[in-house]
Amino acid sequence: MREAAVVSGPNPLQRIPGVAIVLGALIMLFGAIAPGFLTPANLSNVLVQSTILTMLALPMTLIIMTEGLDLSMGAVLTLTSLCVAIVSLATKSMLLGLGAGVLVGAAFGAVNGWLVAILGIPPFVATLGTLGMAQGLSLIVSDGQSVVGIPHSVRDIYSATLLGIPLPIVLAFVTYAVFHGLLYHTRFGGYVFALGGNREALRYAGLSPNRLLIAVYALGGTMAGVAGLLMTARMNSGHPTAGLGLEFDAIAAVAVGGTSFERGNGWLLGTLLGVIAVGVLRNGLNLISLPSSVQVASVGVLVIVALFLDGLRSRS
Amino acid sequence: MTDITKEALSPPRSFLSQDAIQLFYRLLAVLLICAVLAVLNESFLSLGNILNVLRQASLTFFIASGLTLVVLTAGLDLSVGANVALSACIAGTVIHTTGSATLGILTGLACGGIVGLLNGIMVTALRIPSFIATYGMLWVLNGLTYWYMAGETLHGFPAGFRQIGSGYLFGLPIPVYLLLVFLGIGTLFAQRTIWGQEIYAIGANPVAARLSGIPVTRRLLLVYAVSGTMAGLASIIFLSRLNSAEADIGESLTLPAIAAVLIGGTSLFGGVGTVFGTFIGALILTLVLNGMNLLSVSANWQPLVTGIIVILAVWLDMKTRRRAQ
Repeated sequence: MREAAVVSGPNPLQRIPGVAIVLGALIMLFGAIAPGFLTPANLSNVLVQSTILTMLALPMTLIIMTEGLDLSMGAVLTLTSLCVAIVSLATKSMLLGLGAGVLVGAAFGAVNGWLVAILGIPPFVATLGTLGMAQGLSLIVSDGQSVVGIPHSVRDIYSATLLGIPLPIVLAFVTYAVFHGLLYHTRFGGYVFALGGNREALRYAGLSPNRLLIAVYALGGTMAGVAGLLMTARMNSGHPTAGLGLEFDAIAAVAVGGTSFERGNGWLLGTLLGVIAVGVLRNGLNLISLPSSVQVASVGVLVIVALFLDGLRSRS
Repeated sequence: MTDITKEALSPPRSFLSQDAIQLFYRLLAVLLICAVLAVLNESFLSLGNILNVLRQASLTFFIASGLTLVVLTAGLDLSVGANVALSACIAGTVIHTTGSATLGILTGLACGGIVGLLNGIMVTALRIPSFIATYGMLWVLNGLTYWYMAGETLHGFPAGFRQIGSGYLFGLPIPVYLLLVFLGIGTLFAQRTIWGQEIYAIGANPVAARLSGIPVTRRLLLVYAVSGTMAGLASIIFLSRLNSAEADIGESLTLPAIAAVLIGGTSLFGGVGTVFGTFIGALILTLVLNGMNLLSVSANWQPLVTGIIVILAVWLDMKTRRRAQ
């Protein structure tokens, strides 16, 4: 089982160039034209700002590896961020807030997985439907208003440091390590490769592809819950539209990172570099005073180019 | 013509009776919703409200009718809402600077059509899956629109132009006449022309369609361009109805349009569905949202309800098709 997964899996050496070249080119470009880009303070800033995206893009990689997609992630993140804000405000407890966010996120993820696996609805439409639902619930629970007055214990998550390293960066690396271990060193990881490449093999091995698929989507929702805590901490409030559209940056990071949309293989380190590439692109455009609208459009172009190249590679 | 071509081009007969039954159920649903709303709220049956429902439904229908053709080919266009916003803002600027409504309308239609054509090129020449290509396009358009408008709002358009969206003719809103015209054109095109039948054939079986000599690439380009142009048309109606243009007007339009197509019985897997069904779908969705409004449910509930309706519609479609097989 594991061997089959490794054989059909990616060859990292072939991949490193693609995303590394994109990242290197972006860093050189902005190093040359954006004043203050290559300072340690700014680079650390890029990494800190990429942490929420990391937590979405890693599970998104697994979902895309199963030939799926989760368009609801940004809206679910918004909802979980509001849950963290509301619950931590009411109970003064960061952990209860996190628990509420993770619970709601996991529930949404499980619903996504159920719609895709059991009802067989195409992932992009199923998650487009749950996007609307999460967006609606966000407006309903917040009544369209910001939730302010968050306890310090929540805020500190974003601003604290550990051994001189900002806590969000530490959390992002822990998340990466967990996902790396999960995908490459557990049986579950092998099954995820098989979900994209060879579902029949799973059935012959006596496993339920449906249950595994639900688990993968639920993992995505759970991580949106964890990211919700960071989001609330970062903004020091809950806001009913805060995370909308972030799923797009996550999909962009996965696509740039070299995970294929059609062949069920993925590469986590590529996604991590893709996240940093998206972060560098947004930060650099910001430094040369281009508005966020141009950043959004550039990420859009980045995705289309990455997918085009992916298509070319799959044909060659 | 070979037998294969004939088979590919002939209407899917086995579905025809099935289609009629499905349509009957949907008309029944319309009547049922109307009956419930009429009992719950007496102002539902007022002339003003019925005309309002028809006008709202026509706005959704313009976007959804072009989208129907895309979905018939087993594709999806997620960029329609963002396309409406960009086209409206550009058309609005043209009207403001030149003072000519005609020029503005043509620009809006052209802008929508060009965006649609770009979608088509991404799907055919670059072979990117349609939902992800148009999703990327959504964000490119969003970015462009916000950048172009830079937080400004355009408002105040010539009175003649505003008639398109808010005027009346013989007691009916003008958008309703446009609805009837495009319902007719769309139905005739899809059911009665070779190109229309070829679109069904591509959706039902793209390989068979290619083998029987249908120019698949050109038909797909046409379908995405039509979807974009209809978004351009919708942008003109919006512009003239709202009498203003802002960068964010398209954000809440895509999900309802997709919902209308799916409620109308067009299958996401291609080859099955009608433009008339989409009109019924737009009507059902508008009635539900209008009913919520009349019963003073907060507008915050609309995305939640629309999302549930999208999922229900796909699920019902899959269930009926599974049973038919």
